[in-house]
Amino acid sequence: MASGKKPNRIVKWVDDRLPIFSFVEHHLADYPTPKNLSYWWNFGSLAGIVLVVMIVTGIVLAMHYTPHTDMAFDSVERIMRDVNYGWLLRYIHMNGGTMFFIVVYIHLFRGMYYGSYKTPRELLWWLGVIILLLMIMTAFLGYVLPWGQMSFWAATVITKLFTAIPLVGTAITEWLWGGFAVGNPTLNRFFSLHYLMPFVIVGVVLAHIWALHTSKSNNPLGIDPKGPQDTIPFHPYYTVKDNFGIGAFFVFFAAVVFFAPDFFGEPDNYIRANPLATPAHIVPEWYFLPYYAVLRALDFDIWFLEAKLLGVIALAASIFVLFLLPWLDTSKVRSGRFRPIFKWFFWIFLLDCVILGVVGGNAPDAQVFGWSKWLTYLKLGQAATAYYFAHFLIILPVLGFVEKPLPLPTSISEPVLKGGGAASAAAAAKPMEKA
Amino acid sequence: MRRLAVTLVVLAGLGAGGLAPVMVWAAGDEPHPPGRHWSFSGVFGTYDKPQLRRGLQVYREVCAACHSLRLVAYRNLAAIGLDVKAIEAIAAEKKLPGAPNDEGEATTRKALPSDKFVPPFANENAARSANNGALPPDLSLMTKARLRGPDYVYALLTGYKEEPPEGVTVPEGMYFNTYFPGHNIAMAPPISDEGVEFADKTKATVQQQAKDVVAFLQWAADPYLEDRKRMGIKVVLFLIFLTGLLYAYKRKVWAKVH
Repeated sequence: MASGKKPNRIVKWVDDRLPIFSFVEHHLADYPTPKNLSYWWNFGSLAGIVLVVMIVTGIVLAMHYTPHTDMAFDSVERIMRDVNYGWLLRYIHMNGGTMFFIVVYIHLFRGMYYGSYKTPRELLWWLGVIILLLMIMTAFLGYVLPWGQMSFWAATVITKLFTAIPLVGTAITEWLWGGFAVGNPTLNRFFSLHYLMPFVIVGVVLAHIWALHTSKSNNPLGIDPKGPQDTIPFHPYYTVKDNFGIGAFFVFFAAVVFFAPDFFGEPDNYIRANPLATPAHIVPEWYFLPYYAVLRALDFDIWFLEAKLLGVIALAASIFVLFLLPWLDTSKVRSGRFRPIFKWFFWIFLLDCVILGVVGGNAPDAQVFGWSKWLTYLKLGQAATAYYFAHFLIILPVLGFVEKPLPLPTSISEPVLKGGGAASAAAAAKPMEKA
Repeated sequence: MRRLAVTLVVLAGLGAGGLAPVMVWAAGDEPHPPGRHWSFSGVFGTYDKPQLRRGLQVYREVCAACHSLRLVAYRNLAAIGLDVKAIEAIAAEKKLPGAPNDEGEATTRKALPSDKFVPPFANENAARSANNGALPPDLSLMTKARLRGPDYVYALLTGYKEEPPEGVTVPEGMYFNTYFPGHNIAMAPPISDEGVEFADKTKATVQQQAKDVVAFLQWAADPYLEDRKRMGIKVVLFLIFLTGLLYAYKRKVWAKVH
């Protein structure tokens, strides 16, 4: 084994027959990691830890939850009131969804800024997008389970999107519902699938890590390590760094769970589902607001395609375009640090996504900020949606040709030595000489 | 790390700024309910038990005539300082269907501490028919089911206007309320000055009763608020300490690399 210590005889006996210890050592300890990863590289491990938290709390919640339209709402309240620390489990799980999307979105935008999707990491990126898709589905299914007003109406609005599919739309929708409206069969299958999906996510996460360990981690410079002097073993360097990140993140997570557990939620979901009363505003959870804005942006027919179908296509395209990103970005330089124009477009794109989120949370016919005379949220949403797709389909492909990237450093170690003050460079020089 | 921190703060600001319009009071021209300080607000907030007991009294003597509280059990009242005798007495005022007797006939029994608050009406139709067609909502989660719930419920209870503003006509059997969405509310002003007599001699003004019943409803909606915040302080302090240690450890391990 790599650590050089003489292994325990039992460990060796097992390892000769099933190399599980070597495997762990290879992937969790020895894995050569670029030495210059910034704290932006913490969010992958954070997403992993949130997934574990969600599965553990979810399994316990499932022991107490009843997936029946007459009992679901009360069973959640029973968890909140009568199950020992049920309120804690439920608040962790409920806010865990929010935390999951916060860290995954940061993880994703980090990948975008540093070009982590570029060759040879295309499949690594694809697996990440698949995880995002699965997370979206899981979060939606889970949101329906408490059977509050927003649960019910979210289920209704989202499943009805499928009716936009020509010819077979209604049949598909009724098949999804298990009836002619969102009802008990719908709730039952949503519960079943909500329990299944996280384990599918675990599977894809393992493939994501497998692909990562094959193509190796990208880094803030976006250049490949030139040799052992550019990398450090994952353990102890990144295990301690990830653990510190997890600690800091848990402070935030706990502060929300204990002091503002309903901050990210919709008050309407504390009203029991009522198919006869539509809430004044049906809004999804914050992490879906940008997609919701894209869905509603297309309010006009194009040729024979109805607005509703176009909206659904745009919604799907807004995520599926991510699969094409490795080929839409024509620049050979990975890191945004060396792409002076791309850098700006990255931040504009991020701002565009925030604007889409704001649009998604407001009524389309309302005036922007309530005072803009000429701009409604619908118009703003249309502009932001157009820009969203333009970023991928026009700006990124063109930028690769017109942008003149800054000169790349020759190795990861070089800027480490040259960066910072003279003192730190001197301090850093010593171990380098040894290496 | 400083860059990460700055970016995260900016992102959080953008996010909060982005979400703020979402949090805007749902449509209409109703003014926002004024923010009030509650004993249970903030990180260190706790319930004021005498206030909760006064609120229970307001609920039982006023609200309970029309509004159910179906998620709260009588036994839960122990948490606001009622003893077993008092709880049994409150429960016993209500009747519930009992088990069939030996001849198989239906029976009724007194409610027990283990029962949930018995609703005032047998079903929705009975509730609507007694209330001019309107359905008085259940109050168990009322302060969580509205944006800034406690402020809203207080504003609503004290927001009635005998004379609607000029040019506004209120339909027959409805009342004008400043804070109710659409202003026309089917509930008559529920609280009147000295409408209840508090055992602790607190003067029962409309504002006092509204404050007390809101506190009680907040407790009904969030009975573990005190445990949650108390545990939260310990958990967050522990995590900050742990994170500090982890940071120190990280620095030590990385000293060799930098």
